Amino acid sequence: MSKKNSEYLINRKDNQYEVVIGLEVHAQVLSESKLFSTSATKFGAEPNTQVSLVDAAFPGMLPVINEFCVKQAIKTGIGLNAKINKRSVFDRKNYFYADLPQGYQISQFKDPIVGEGKVILDMPNGQKEVGIERLHLEQDAGKSIHDLDPQNTFVDLNRSGVALMEIVSKPDLRSPDEVNTYIKKLRSIMRYLGTCDGNMQEGSLRADVNVSVRPKGSKEFGTRCEIKNVNSIKFMQMAIEYEANRQVDLIEEGKTIDQETRLFDTKKNETRSMRSKEDAHDYRYFPDPDLLPLEVSEKFIEELRNDIPELPDDKKRRFIEEFKLSAYEANILVSDIDTAKYFEEVVTKMGKNKDIKLAVNWITGELFAILNSKGLEISQSPVSAKNFAILINLIKNGTISGKIAKTVFELMIDGDKDPQKIVEEKGLKQQSDPKALEALIDKIINDNREKAIEYKQGKEKLFGFFVGQAMKASGGKANPQLINEILKKKL
Amino acid sequence: MSDITKQSLTELVENIKNKKLSSTDVTKAFIDRSEKSEELNAYITNDFTSAIDKAKKFDQKPNLDLKLPGIPMAVKDLFCTKNIKTTAGSKILNNFVPTYESTVTENIWNEGAILLGKLNCDEFAMGSSNETSFFGNVQNPIDKNLVPGGSSGGSASAVAGQLTPITIGTDTGGSIRQPASFTGIVGLKPTYGSCSRYGIVAFASSLDQAGPMAQNVKDCALLHEVISSYDPKDSTSINFKRNHFSKELTNNIKGKKIGIPKEYRVDGMPKEIEDLWQKGIQYIKDCGAETIDISLPNTSYALPTYYIVAPAEASSNLARYDGVKYGFRAKGENLIDMYEKTRSEGFGAEVQRRIMIGTYVLSSGYYDAYYLKAQKVRKLIKNDFDEAYKKVDAILTPSTPSSAFKIGEKTNDPVSMYLNDIFTVPVNLAGLPGISIPAGHDSNGYPLGLQIIGKAFDEQNILNIAYAMEEKINFKNKITDWWIK
Amino acid sequence: MSIDLKTIKHISKLARISVDEQRAEKLAGDLNSIFDFIEKLNELKTDNVEPLTSIAETTLKLRSDEVKSKNIREQIIKNSPEDNEDYFVVPKVIE
Repeated sequence: MSKKNSEYLINRKDNQYEVVIGLEVHAQVLSESKLFSTSATKFGAEPNTQVSLVDAAFPGMLPVINEFCVKQAIKTGIGLNAKINKRSVFDRKNYFYADLPQGYQISQFKDPIVGEGKVILDMPNGQKEVGIERLHLEQDAGKSIHDLDPQNTFVDLNRSGVALMEIVSKPDLRSPDEVNTYIKKLRSIMRYLGTCDGNMQEGSLRADVNVSVRPKGSKEFGTRCEIKNVNSIKFMQMAIEYEANRQVDLIEEGKTIDQETRLFDTKKNETRSMRSKEDAHDYRYFPDPDLLPLEVSEKFIEELRNDIPELPDDKKRRFIEEFKLSAYEANILVSDIDTAKYFEEVVTKMGKNKDIKLAVNWITGELFAILNSKGLEISQSPVSAKNFAILINLIKNGTISGKIAKTVFELMIDGDKDPQKIVEEKGLKQQSDPKALEALIDKIINDNREKAIEYKQGKEKLFGFFVGQAMKASGGKANPQLINEILKKKL
Repeated sequence: MSDITKQSLTELVENIKNKKLSSTDVTKAFIDRSEKSEELNAYITNDFTSAIDKAKKFDQKPNLDLKLPGIPMAVKDLFCTKNIKTTAGSKILNNFVPTYESTVTENIWNEGAILLGKLNCDEFAMGSSNETSFFGNVQNPIDKNLVPGGSSGGSASAVAGQLTPITIGTDTGGSIRQPASFTGIVGLKPTYGSCSRYGIVAFASSLDQAGPMAQNVKDCALLHEVISSYDPKDSTSINFKRNHFSKELTNNIKGKKIGIPKEYRVDGMPKEIEDLWQKGIQYIKDCGAETIDISLPNTSYALPTYYIVAPAEASSNLARYDGVKYGFRAKGENLIDMYEKTRSEGFGAEVQRRIMIGTYVLSSGYYDAYYLKAQKVRKLIKNDFDEAYKKVDAILTPSTPSSAFKIGEKTNDPVSMYLNDIFTVPVNLAGLPGISIPAGHDSNGYPLGLQIIGKAFDEQNILNIAYAMEEKINFKNKITDWWIK
Repeated sequence: MSIDLKTIKHISKLARISVDEQRAEKLAGDLNSIFDFIEKLNELKTDNVEPLTSIAETTLKLRSDEVKSKNIREQIIKNSPEDNEDYFVVPKVIE
């Protein structure tokens, strides 16, 4: 089976090790205001300008929960095919830190809002199911800034109290590639749902990575280490690779692995122990007495369920069935909601007589190339779906050739121009009038009598020469199919 | 002017409404007496100057439709008051000036009352004698060197000593009812969720409730009517229809069934307390109500449960006092050093003790044995009351197992200090309303109180019972003004 | 039940309250007498009792997702022992 070949294993002398990975993803909930206070959540605000008395934990201040954040968490749970818990409880996780004003984080410990679910990954060798252990709501902390002053740490509480969803996977992941696909899938689902923008640069998506290793074939789990707060997929993959190898080395040397929290140093590309900090971490969870249990009705959940848009897996299935796309093509189109949206708009705008394959090829080819080179997201595409659809139709109905279409596309980029107009203004319309083309070809044959004779004598390679001459003479606009037909007849 | 301060709230309101007194007259009278009463140490912060300004302003354009028209009053220093220092009796908040107002005090000012100042209390309301305050102990107006009780000791002393006509305290395990009993006044701890906790420095969130303290039941009912409100800013505030307690107050309690719980007859309880209780039972009967012997079998577990739940919540609630955002900060070499020194120097011994207990019972390996166990016992205690209320309308007990004790008498023995709250704590654990009314004196002439415990949200009923009993008891507090020079 | 000095030290670390030897001994004594009294709870069988999580017999009310608290940086920072107008300032964090 092909699966064997792509297995991610760490090899040492006679031994092979399998890597077991579980992720705790922290996804910032898309909401206007914070989880328990009414201050704003915008990214990049001036320090401490989005901080309420509640966020800064002034004496006597109390949390009041944001309904929208609850809905967002439930929607995400539905998107993860998970059990929604009608009753959940908020707990306090107690520890001291400069950017944790309350001295505790409000989180959900024993009774999370979302229980077990699953996510399907499309791997090169087939599909893989990753179990979701739980999803819970919690508050984000503020930010400690250590490098603005030699003696002091500065504290900005703008992020303090922003709602996070912690999504805990089962230890089902086996390689950095699977981690990459898993994170992207989570991100995709949440962006479809509009529950998290998935922006890793702005810290909207971060993860704690649990890594352990075990001899290939073993059923027991090894001792795991938790790598805290990794904020890019690339770093997650690097951290896993480093950490797995470190653990294997320890085993090979006959040493034991300590269960501990580690930090990934992005500069040195290594993980290192944070044990000094962990000693003081006995979080003393207990139900927050300022909050009552959160109860949601079946109706509340049903209404949200009815509000769930088509998600990537379903969309993919539909694209394959409805548009006869390959699984590979469908995957590319659905993985990002904006790509899917663009594609579907192009399909709609193309009207009745459409060539979907052609549109797919052009999106994944020319459009992606231009976006890539300009560093743009598809939502910022310089060519609108409407004009893109017109362009594809122009090719499809023979108005322009594929080659000319590339020229037209280049011209469309600047100011989202209508391709129809470009074709007209620049006179790029394909010549498909047989009489005109016959006259043109007659002239070429006349001008190249000797070559025509050679061709007739059997030098078939010269056919291409005549096609080239005809295209050149028409300024590239001649319908290549017609040229072929006429040449065959005349020569 | 001296007789102004002897008037009840009801009388003062009437006299202001009838224009027999102005708010300025009343405010000046209480300020004058407060200034002569420094020895009681009832105030932490006074706001006398602006109180007079406010009174004058009120008199220029008096709104006599308000419930507390131009009435001056001081409040416990646990309520955050906008632009007025709020300390919670602690060094760690020694310099803290809130930019916001608690909902309860806001309600009071909205009804026309005027702030006189902030009253002394045990540090973070942790204490039963007002001896844990960073600002020194408070004298009981009943007798020199007698504690006023706690934690609302300054509040009780100020009402009994007529430094304020009424006040508000907070009650986590008896902090309104016990000092009320020790100083011969009336104190009501409302049902949990009745008064908003927004803006009150938290001690134990699942137990804390603000409540009124006054010279008599009617004043208490009126003040409760003002402070009890649904507040969306407090997630534990309960939205129910609130009575016009003072208007609906009646001394007709005929046919009411009052439970007498046998478990409140504790070992070593002085005979005076037992006698007082028996007298109370007689008063109840005299009012035409019926007494029924009941059992609250888990009563003796209430205090141990309380000393797990309250410190656990407090250890977490007080984590925010870390020297970063507000309050006292000690110098430290690094962040952790700063934390440890700030909290060691900023909190007093009792607060530290309770934070340690709370931290311990929540710590890894002990949670189930202590905290979870306590939450289960708390359920049993609540079930006891639920069971009892199938048979009775209210419950009568002594407020405290003894009268006020001497300053310093129990400071070295935390457990004996804690035992003071033995009759009041079960009420907080069950979230019920309880009122303490003065009902007699011990052999020293120190006041003794009786407690009436009600069903949840049945404040009107216990106020009525208290009102009916008050008439029969006809209590006279023995205040000699010994502290006035 | 006995709470020793090591435990006291550990709890004081968790609670971020520095405690010297003398205070630790006093605290150990106090806590032991308090816990002796708390141990009374062990008399009770509570295996089948549901713990009480909230005394208010209602469920959490939800507020709408509206930004109401504006920029109040000045108010927020006003009471802090040390700040620089923009940030709260604390002694260096040592990992």
